[in-house]
Amino acid sequence: MNPALSVLLFTTLSGAGLGVLLWTGALLAWSPSPLDRAPALLALCVGVLLLALGLGSSFFHLGQPLRAWRAFSQWRTSWLSREAVVALATLVAASVCALALWRGNRGVALHLGSAALASMALLTLIATAGIYSSLKPIRAWCNGFVAPFLVFAALWSGGCVLWLVLSAYGIAIPAPGVLALLLTAGAGLAIKLRYWRFIDAEVDAPDASHVTGLGRNSAVRAAESPHTESNYLLREMGFVVVRRHAQRLRSISVACGFIIPAVGLLVAHWFEGMWSLLAVPACLAVIVGMFVERWLFFAQARHTVAGYYG
Amino acid sequence: MTSLPAPSNRKLGLVIDLDICVGCHACAVACKSWNEQGQFGPLPDESPYGRDPMGVWFNRVHTYEVEAGNPLPPDGAYASRLGTPRPAADARSGTTAAPITVHFPRSCLHCEQPDCVTVCPTGASYKRPDDGIVLIDETKCIGCKLCSWACPYGAREYSEVRGVMQKCTLCVDRIYNQNLEPADRQPACVLACPTRARHFGDLGDHDSPVSQLVAERGGFALQPELGYLPVNRYLPPRDRRDGGPAGEVAEEEFSRKNLSPLLRWVDRILSR
Repeated sequence: MNPALSVLLFTTLSGAGLGVLLWTGALLAWSPSPLDRAPALLALCVGVLLLALGLGSSFFHLGQPLRAWRAFSQWRTSWLSREAVVALATLVAASVCALALWRGNRGVALHLGSAALASMALLTLIATAGIYSSLKPIRAWCNGFVAPFLVFAALWSGGCVLWLVLSAYGIAIPAPGVLALLLTAGAGLAIKLRYWRFIDAEVDAPDASHVTGLGRNSAVRAAESPHTESNYLLREMGFVVVRRHAQRLRSISVACGFIIPAVGLLVAHWFEGMWSLLAVPACLAVIVGMFVERWLFFAQARHTVAGYYG
Repeated sequence: MTSLPAPSNRKLGLVIDLDICVGCHACAVACKSWNEQGQFGPLPDESPYGRDPMGVWFNRVHTYEVEAGNPLPPDGAYASRLGTPRPAADARSGTTAAPITVHFPRSCLHCEQPDCVTVCPTGASYKRPDDGIVLIDETKCIGCKLCSWACPYGAREYSEVRGVMQKCTLCVDRIYNQNLEPADRQPACVLACPTRARHFGDLGDHDSPVSQLVAERGGFALQPELGYLPVNRYLPPRDRRDGGPAGEVAEEEFSRKNLSPLLRWVDRILSR
């Protein structure tokens, strides 16, 4: 599948933003020592900004963006529509929380708003995963790995961004928080590694004999292309990255996306006074790592249409 | 609404005969031409005389070489052959099979449970409840391309120029068109085919000519394991006339005992 920049930006930036909003909402609603007003407001703003940037990127990728309001209507059947609805609900909940915090109100409104924020952010991640995992022609996406990975990746990348926000106020992440973050990183990495093993075992790749129905055990080869020039299908679905490059990119995404930020987190936890220093490189590393991972997620996915082209 | 309608009795679709198709692409060109002037407006072409022409086509004709045997079982009708192992031709008869050429027109199969309809976020993609034709309402489409990802057959293409998705309409603007002669009220591709390899009709009606054709020849659906329940059927290549499976060259049986004495003498002379 063609890794379109707009979709990659959308899932990585919005994923990180939703992660920030999830953590912030959860901390405001359920943590025994909730965030102070200023860092919480900044976290909400950063989360909303990242989410909006991502949504904006996918919005301008549309062929007819002015009709995008219609995308809220088919939530009964379409995961994309459901994602639009819950993303909007997340933004509304974030606004409610921000307003309550701004006015210094820490009562029911904030509690309900932040609980809703955490829930809606989680639902948005699940709906985004649903878009990919509901596509039957793409075996690399139509499985149970996509949703958990997107959630943990968002929690991890959002957690690193939250670390950056807190360090701007000189707040260190307490030990339970460090543990929680490391566990999400570990879970995300484990799922990703298992997923790569799953897609590498391509026992049932949709080749020409399968998709044409012309012979389960016959060799079917494309003898001539139906057209001399390229077309939409080849551009969108004809892209498959070379295995050699994929291995290298996987190592980069694991190193940047998981190892480097996790090591940075541990170092900042053990040595006093390094929280602010390490926050920026950790954030950059995790965003780069997530971007490369998402690129691979597209580039290593094969659509059955590619089988017709031989 | 992109919820699927209740299954209709009428299932209009195409039957494509892979045995007869010669790969002339007349159907592809006829489709493109009709849709230039039909109800849905012209099909855009970008830089048609330039270096990288691009355009939307609803029907594409692939060509494949198929080796090691005719995929049809001897008696004909069957549902899905997936999971049935086939012996290789050379294992059976000891001869090497020559590959056969199969031309394969690919267009929308107007499935009964099309995911391309349910994934659409705006309701632009819909299936008609009365005849089952799957269409795109181009006034609602936002061009998100998710429907083309959901289609395993590559039936939907995105038009950069119009910013919307487009697909085979089963010539819905021809088949009910009172301005055409009744004999012309068929899809453009069906009428254009010079070898009558394409047929149009109601595959939900067991007695219709197309359904009978499917039953006789063992028409199959594409990728049935995905559960989209495609309506179009493909008729597989027939066995080759020389008796064996497609491509197999039968060894001639020759016995001198059956010849007259004169011919036996000629054979002996020529065999020296």
